[in-house]
Amino acid sequence: MSLLDHFPVLVVLLPLMAAPLCVLIDRPRLAWALSLAVSWLSLAVAASLLFQVLGSGPISYRLGGWPPPWGIEYRIDLLSAYVLLIVSAIAAVVMVFAYHSVAAEIAADRIARFYAALLLVLAGLLGIVATGDAFNVFVFLEISSLASYAVISMGRDRRALHAAFQYLVMGTIGATFILIGIGFLYMMTGTLNMQDLADRLPAVSDTRTVRVGFAFLTVGIGLKLALFPLHLWLPNAYAYAPSAVTAFLAATATKVAVYVLLRFLLEIFGADFSLRAMPLDLILILLGLAGALSASLVAVFQEDIKRMLAYSSVAQIGYMVLGIGLASPTGISAAMLHLFNHALMKGALFLALGAVAYRIGSVALRDLAGLGRRMPWSMAAIVLGGLSLIGVPPTAGFVSKWYLVLGSLEQGLWPVALLILLGSLLAVVYIWKLVETAYFKEPQTAPVAVREAPLSMLIPVWILVAANLYFGLHTEISVGVARQSTVQLLGVAG
Amino acid sequence: MLGMLGVLATRRYPNLREGVSIAAGVITFALVVALAVTISWDAPPSLVLAEPLPGLPLTLTPEPLGVLFALVASFLWPITTLYALGYMRAHHERNQTRFYSAFAVSIAAALGIALAGDILTLFVFYEILSVATYPLVTHAGTEQAKRAGRLYLGLLMGTSIGMLLLAMVWTWQLTGTLVFTPGGVFDDQVSDGLLGVLLLLFVLGTGKAALMPFHRWLPAAMVAPTPVSALLHAVAVVKAGVFTVLKVVIYIFGIDSIARMAAADGLLILAGITILMASLIALRKDNLKARLAYSTISQLGYIVLGGMLGVVAGAVGGGLHIAMHAFGKITLFFCAGAILVTAHKTRVSELDGIGRRMPWTMAAFTVGAVSMIGAPPVAGFISKWYLLTGALDAQQIFAVVVIILSTLLNAAYFMPIVYAAFFKAADADALQVAHGEAPLPILLALLTTAGCALLVFFFPGVPLALVQQSVGLG
Repeated sequence: MSLLDHFPVLVVLLPLMAAPLCVLIDRPRLAWALSLAVSWLSLAVAASLLFQVLGSGPISYRLGGWPPPWGIEYRIDLLSAYVLLIVSAIAAVVMVFAYHSVAAEIAADRIARFYAALLLVLAGLLGIVATGDAFNVFVFLEISSLASYAVISMGRDRRALHAAFQYLVMGTIGATFILIGIGFLYMMTGTLNMQDLADRLPAVSDTRTVRVGFAFLTVGIGLKLALFPLHLWLPNAYAYAPSAVTAFLAATATKVAVYVLLRFLLEIFGADFSLRAMPLDLILILLGLAGALSASLVAVFQEDIKRMLAYSSVAQIGYMVLGIGLASPTGISAAMLHLFNHALMKGALFLALGAVAYRIGSVALRDLAGLGRRMPWSMAAIVLGGLSLIGVPPTAGFVSKWYLVLGSLEQGLWPVALLILLGSLLAVVYIWKLVETAYFKEPQTAPVAVREAPLSMLIPVWILVAANLYFGLHTEISVGVARQSTVQLLGVAG
Repeated sequence: MLGMLGVLATRRYPNLREGVSIAAGVITFALVVALAVTISWDAPPSLVLAEPLPGLPLTLTPEPLGVLFALVASFLWPITTLYALGYMRAHHERNQTRFYSAFAVSIAAALGIALAGDILTLFVFYEILSVATYPLVTHAGTEQAKRAGRLYLGLLMGTSIGMLLLAMVWTWQLTGTLVFTPGGVFDDQVSDGLLGVLLLLFVLGTGKAALMPFHRWLPAAMVAPTPVSALLHAVAVVKAGVFTVLKVVIYIFGIDSIARMAAADGLLILAGITILMASLIALRKDNLKARLAYSTISQLGYIVLGGMLGVVAGAVGGGLHIAMHAFGKITLFFCAGAILVTAHKTRVSELDGIGRRMPWTMAAFTVGAVSMIGAPPVAGFISKWYLLTGALDAQQIFAVVVIILSTLLNAAYFMPIVYAAFFKAADADALQVAHGEAPLPILLALLTTAGCALLVFFFPGVPLALVQQSVGLG
């Protein structure tokens, strides 16, 4: 087997192996350089995987050479290749950004361990996406979760510890639920391989055991996903984590949870079972809407920008879940599209915010007064990212909003369409509070010399901003992949 | 090839200062003229900018009504820049670079709206226009300006995202096309009730048309510097709004189907109410700019009214009024700004006798006012003529009454200003402060636009031909 054949596992192994190396090196600069190299390598591998999948269909990789269903199978289809690319791309960009930001926010003797943990998070997330084995999902979920508790707790605010602990408790409950759910499925089918599960479940889908397993899995993933009303851990975790971590987690962790949800609901259980036989479609629409609206409303009243954006993340997750709940090809591809676009916009916003935090040491709304003049590039990035979040054309956010509204109109649910748009209006309110403060308010304190952030921060920020604009105008890639993977998912299911 | 010229015109974002701005304005205008002269309407060139959604490209396709709007907007841009030159310096405004950049982007967006080949493209530029004008409205940076900005963006984005976008997606879902098509895009399968709902969503969603009850942003936005009020709130922004309404009427629904829709009647009445209410409010406003703002709201009502009549003459009148009102209203705003920078007066009641000291300014003001009233020999007469013909054609007695009544009201709130300026003696306080005529760039600008308002009356051929072409009279 050539190296190319090992790519599916390589994408996960790279960061996983590099993590202990980081601890061994224990030198901040080297650890950073290693993480950077690894994340870019992962990106390259993920990109080549996507091209392979586009060219020749899903790839199946047998770990240790054992054929499935005995051995563990790594299975890369279009959807997983797509999510792998998103996750590794965001990781690569964030790593560039991290150098200065982390040096400023974390004590020097901890930096190497920080990068090790960050790489573990990355490895876990990539693993969840790459694997074709239900139990393996749980294992990687635990790897990424445990590592993310660690990185969150390294935030410079003391409250980060509390936030990490809160996340730990909620996350563990979620993971346990998922484990129980997988256990039930195993009990009924005797297999953990996703494709086998999908084959065997329809025969036993009427049993109470499977239904209970389904319920456990959904709630467990919902917790990881920060699905309203299971989102309570998220705002604190995002608000107190180091800037680079917030950007990374916001853009990737919840996305991977959405991926898991899609995978379990549509492929393993099948759309017929999960969205039609079970009343989950309605539940998802209602929860999605409630999440989108209530979280946006809460975001309006936040004084801490990081917290505000965290609530906005909860709202955006609401949109994605809503798209899945629509249970139509358009709705589901809208969810995937929003998954991609939201990673771009939230990544850009949190990174830009990180740049601000790096220079002024605060992300409170009042401290941002007059910053539009002193950090023009960072603030312009925030404005553009914000516009994308609102869904103003020609940004990426507009495209996903378009499909969401289209999806709900197709189902004849025009009140839903109206509420989605109402959510966008709430986004206008909170984003504009920020813009107004930054551009039209004089700083209260005597102007300290605040300069623009260093280039190593601005470049990653603007890469993401440019991506927002690019994918707002050229959507062959994002829409195309989302559509095709929807067809694949529903095809497997139907 | 010609489409390229159009794009070139829309894509210029000069970031330098006045010189570049004026030069860019002149070049843009020249390009639009070149486009208008050489184009063949039978096979208009089309240019695809990008394809954000599969099957939904962003296109620029010049068509007659759009070219007319583009001509007006690009012609008035360099003039306004000239005016701004005098105004901003005389008034010592800050942040001028931001001002001119945002200004240029706004014009580019307005041209994009004018030349858009489908409603999605129009919507994209519409939103860009909202965002780009925001820093202009809040230019002063005061608490009042910020409040105005909030109201401005809130109403415009609220209506456009909440209703216009919804209407657009709905139309796409029903018909599978968003391209402007003469005669409309809907087939017979769409029920009349649903069409009515869509029309309401489209028209009310176009917040820039300032139809009541979504008109509040316009008076609020008057805190902006006068050149902004003049160009954006007499020309680019509000005209983009009514232009959208007309486009939707002519090219999405088709004039014929408007004629038989109950929702159109409802909107007609709403437009009528807007015209009368806004005129009445204008009568009571002492602040000159506020009075002009309410006058704008009422004039915009005419255009919507024209579109909703459902007859060709009405649409022609509406289309013409876009151009005619632009010349008249920009002159009036220029005059208001001139009075502000030279005499430092903002209130109607302070204008007694000012015509003696600023004769040129007030003469131009008179021309603008007469145009608003719609009396000959000024541009406003022509469009009002067509509107009235349209109202009679459609046998809409209500519309006829509204037009006549509002003409009287227009006279009632403009004529006293003219009278006071020329024939009343100035009071003693005002005489203490010595001032003469406005600075030269300002004067030059306002005389040009006033001259145009007069010229168009005598030579209405070009705009008339363009508008008739677009409604299929050719």
